Amino acid sequence: MTFEEIKSLVEKEFPGAVTGEDLNATPNALLVDAGKVREVCELLHADESTYFDSLSCLTGIDNGPEAGTMEVAYNLYSIPFDGHLSIRCVLDRTNPEIASVCDIWRTANWHEREAYDLVGIIFVGHPDLRRILLPKDWEGHPLQKDYSEQEKYHGITVVYDREDNNKQSF
Amino acid sequence: MEIQYKYNPKHFENSEPTLYDPEKLESGEMLINVGPQHPSTHGVLRLEVITDGEIVKDVVPHLGYLHRCFEKHTESVPFNQGLPYVDRMDYVAAMNSEHAFAMGVERMLGIEDKIPKRVEYIRVLVAELNRLASHFIAIGTYGLDIGAFTPFLWMMRDREHIQRLLEWVSGARMLYNYIWVGGLFYDLPVGFEERCKEFIAYLKPKLEDVENLLISNKIFIDRTANVGVLTSDLAINYGVTGPMLRASGLKFDLRRVDGYSVYPELEFDVPVGTGAVGATGDCWDRTWVRMMECKESVRIIEQCLTQLTTNHKRTREFDPREAVPKKIRPKAQDFYVRAENPKGELGFYFRTDGRSDIPVRCKARSCCFSNLSVLPEISRGVMIADLIAIVGSVDFVLGEVDR
Repeated sequence: MTFEEIKSLVEKEFPGAVTGEDLNATPNALLVDAGKVREVCELLHADESTYFDSLSCLTGIDNGPEAGTMEVAYNLYSIPFDGHLSIRCVLDRTNPEIASVCDIWRTANWHEREAYDLVGIIFVGHPDLRRILLPKDWEGHPLQKDYSEQEKYHGITVVYDREDNNKQSF
Repeated sequence: MEIQYKYNPKHFENSEPTLYDPEKLESGEMLINVGPQHPSTHGVLRLEVITDGEIVKDVVPHLGYLHRCFEKHTESVPFNQGLPYVDRMDYVAAMNSEHAFAMGVERMLGIEDKIPKRVEYIRVLVAELNRLASHFIAIGTYGLDIGAFTPFLWMMRDREHIQRLLEWVSGARMLYNYIWVGGLFYDLPVGFEERCKEFIAYLKPKLEDVENLLISNKIFIDRTANVGVLTSDLAINYGVTGPMLRASGLKFDLRRVDGYSVYPELEFDVPVGTGAVGATGDCWDRTWVRMMECKESVRIIEQCLTQLTTNHKRTREFDPREAVPKKIRPKAQDFYVRAENPKGELGFYFRTDGRSDIPVRCKARSCCFSNLSVLPEISRGVMIADLIAIVGSVDFVLGEVDR
């Protein structure tokens, strides 16, 4: 199925869910309204003509405080049809919430936990949204563009500035 | 220097608490902590295991003990400086990871057609050598996990030869930084092709030996057949790729499906698990697939060596850095690239802004991360000793899980 056919299929099933397209991206990206992404994913996973049975990658992206948005990118792959598709959703940066897809593809469970951990996106409906790579009591989400490290972690200095580092070199 | 860290038992509970409350377990259940410093977890993986007698009721993996901020680093340095960090993700198969990363950046720049054929053949040659080394570790340590000591020594001995070959090529034993965006660090050293041919001639009977000693050994079969059965549906749903997915009976190899680099010109088979001694997708199938892949890699290496000594010979004019771009500045785009690593599909999601040579976002889709996520699913209801067999058969490297 070509990208245009997938797009028209989604538009037919959920009018207004598709907010645009990005043909510059590889694979071509469908921009989907964040409130509808779960339904769209369910459709693309179950529909016999698309059958996106695997979620290759789930990426959380922070566009910074000036843009005021965050994004979630889903890279879908259909093994029987050898079809690629990318879905992107734009979220509000002050309240980055999006529906979880981890009951469609269970691999999304850990990917969503990672996106929550590093970028700070909240996945509503996730069964177990804990931090995965960083410790539970770490402050902030490091891949946010305005992130600054905490000074101390359990009494250990986190950041040395360069001059300090030179002084303490062994 | 003042002591900064004062031990406090509360720190552990605050930073990485267990998912299950030990106070609230049912009678007869027990919470056992496996790792992070345990040899059978292959690195610093911590498993929180809930057991009822000998039976495993649930497994909760705790990750992140080897988190080195790969994504944060690569988003603060240019692409060519990010390449050495890629080595440090899967440190037993660094060439394959470099190949994937370099390929992605080249495609973004649109220079993948300008790479000389000899460079591509050398890339595939070193990547397959490294795939052999990675599978040797997987098979050797797996034998060690379940009580076979000799195959480990044999595999490490043969891996040592590969590491010396690759050290000769790049100057480093494990973290090579050999494949550059647009080319290679250097051409192969003079005499490498002959030495590599000798090594392959030496290796072939050794592979047979290991197969006879370990894979078809009755004790090994009894220990691994019908243990940790992973069906292909479940594997696809969990994003499992690589030898683990192929062992579940699906013929899916990105070297064939995507046909990147010079793989379409090479002849090799994709071994698939059939459940020869048990159910399809059990621990034995996974090890068998890796063993067969070693043989296929040997075939690929032989063909590469033939090409490198006939059609794409070493010449005085050949410059492996000919196509290396002076400035790596891809146009603004989102790009997802994937390649077949020894452990599965390694992907990179790049976002570039077209104004600088530093990526805005560089997410690594790690194969070990996804493969490990299926562990709780396939290890519920097994014996504790089988849990160790299952963990070993997943074959993950914590450097790539935690990044």
